[in-house]
Parts: sequence; C-alpha cells; structure tokens
Amino acid sequence: MIDRSFIGHKSEALTVAVEPFQLRLFAKAVGETNPIYLEEGAAKAAGYRNMLAPPTFANALSLSKPDPFGDFAGMGVELAKILHGEQKFVYFAPICAGDTITLQDEITDIYDKKDGAMEFMVSETTVTNQDGELVGKMTSVLVQRH
Amino acid sequence: MSNVSFDSLSVGDEIPAVNKPAISRHTLALYCGGSGDHNPIHVDSDFAKAAGMPDVFAHGMLSMAYLGQALTGWVPQSALRAYGVRFASITWVGNEISCTGTVIEKFEEEGEKRVRLEVKAADQECDVKLIGEAVVALD
Repeated sequence: MIDRSFIGHKSEALTVAVEPFQLRLFAKAVGETNPIYLEEGAAKAAGYRNMLAPPTFANALSLSKPDPFGDFAGMGVELAKILHGEQKFVYFAPICAGDTITLQDEITDIYDKKDGAMEFMVSETTVTNQDGELVGKMTSVLVQRH
Repeated sequence: MSNVSFDSLSVGDEIPAVNKPAISRHTLALYCGGSGDHNPIHVDSDFAKAAGMPDVFAHGMLSMAYLGQALTGWVPQSALRAYGVRFASITWVGNEISCTGTVIEKFEEEGEKRVRLEVKAADQECDVKLIGEAVVALD
C-alpha cells in the first residue's frame, strides 16, 4: 500500500543544469535528428538561446538526481510494480542548454481502484528557470499494480 | 511562426504521421541513460521476468517523446502550449510505433488562436499505446 500520509508531500526542490551532453543523448535515444535539438548554431539560427530541450525533457530533468526513486521504498512504492499511467505538460517558455532549472514536486493525490488492486499516485511539478520564470508544469500519474 | 496557419485547418485534419523503427534493447538502454529513468524493468530482462513480465518493456516516456515529434515536426515547438497522454497499454521491445494527430477543436484562449489535437501512438498491430491531447497556438 502506498502511504496516504504522503498526499500533500513536497519533495526538496531539485536544481539541475541543462547539459548539452544529456540533450544529445536524449535526442539520440528518441531518434530526434532536427539540429535545433543537437547543435547550438542551428538552435540560435532558429531563435533559441541554445540547443532546445524537446517537449518531454523536463521529465528527464526531474530524474536527474543521484537516486530519483530513493523515496519510493519509504512510501510503499515498489519499482517492480509500477507503471506510468498518465503524463501531462503545460508549456510557458522554452528550456535550453545552459539553463539552470529548478523542479518542485508535490504529491497531490494517492487513491486506489478495484479494492486496492491498483493504486494511483498523482504528482504535480513546477519547472522554473534561472531567472525565476515559470517555464512549465508537469502532472504525472503512477500506477502500482498488486 | 509556422507554415501551418489557423485558418487553413479544419476539425478532422490529420497532421503528418511519424513512424518509428522497431524498439530495440539498445534504444531502451540509450533512453535509460538519456532520460535518467534507470528502473531496471526497462533494460534488465532478468529483473523484468522476476517481476512477472515476459520481457523488458519500453519507458512510456519514450513513446511520449516519439509522439511529441509528430507535433514538433508539424509546428515549431514554441507553438506547443500543452501535451498530455494516458499510457493505455505496455509498449514491448520490438514494437514499431506510429504517431498520429487529428485536429479536434479550434478555439481562442488567452488572446491566441489555438487548436486542440487528439494524439495517438500505436504499434504495428494498431494496438493503442498512448492516447491524449495537445494544444498548439497558431497565427
């Protein structure tokens, strides 16, 4: 069982640099070949400060810490039992290489269906850049199957 | 900002599809590293089988990135206002994912002309993996 007392729990804010190396590895993994995602020059020619982070990259940033699933065990979440149920992004401004991004997660709901056979954990994350500008929000639903 | 104009679009229009090659174990390993999602269930078949799965399976976010390419291949990413999906079924190693989008609404919001799309990723058997919506702002 996921410990319902974590509803409302805010994680410690995570501040990470947007590294060209990680952007290029991410682009390679997803087969992205548009140079605005791969090369500083092409990104600048397209009007961006630097290489652009793709639309789902903020999720990768949120996992850019030494042990991103480290809190799970203490909450009753088992890595072998979870699936990603839903994911949503809202965009206000681009994220580019060289940015320093701060992510703040809050668990907004934990509930179950089918008499506890499936549990759901909803997290909302604000994504802010080095200028204090809110660049996006993410909502994630994880499903734990029993 | 885009070659796609609000006025040129009608509800029911489809955006160009993106068709991806079969997902390999190598792709899953690259995405494990690139995304920071190191859950072994996506790359370690021993771990996946011990968890009761027949084999490793793809990160949902890999397919969401693929589906995002259908959007950013159609309009500049700066036009994207929102993008969300539900992960309807598991994407297995070997699946070939096709990404499609259909205009379902034209509206004005926050002083912008926007269109809402239904977006979908399915495998070679037409088994739907992701279904969701995106909102883009157009001139």
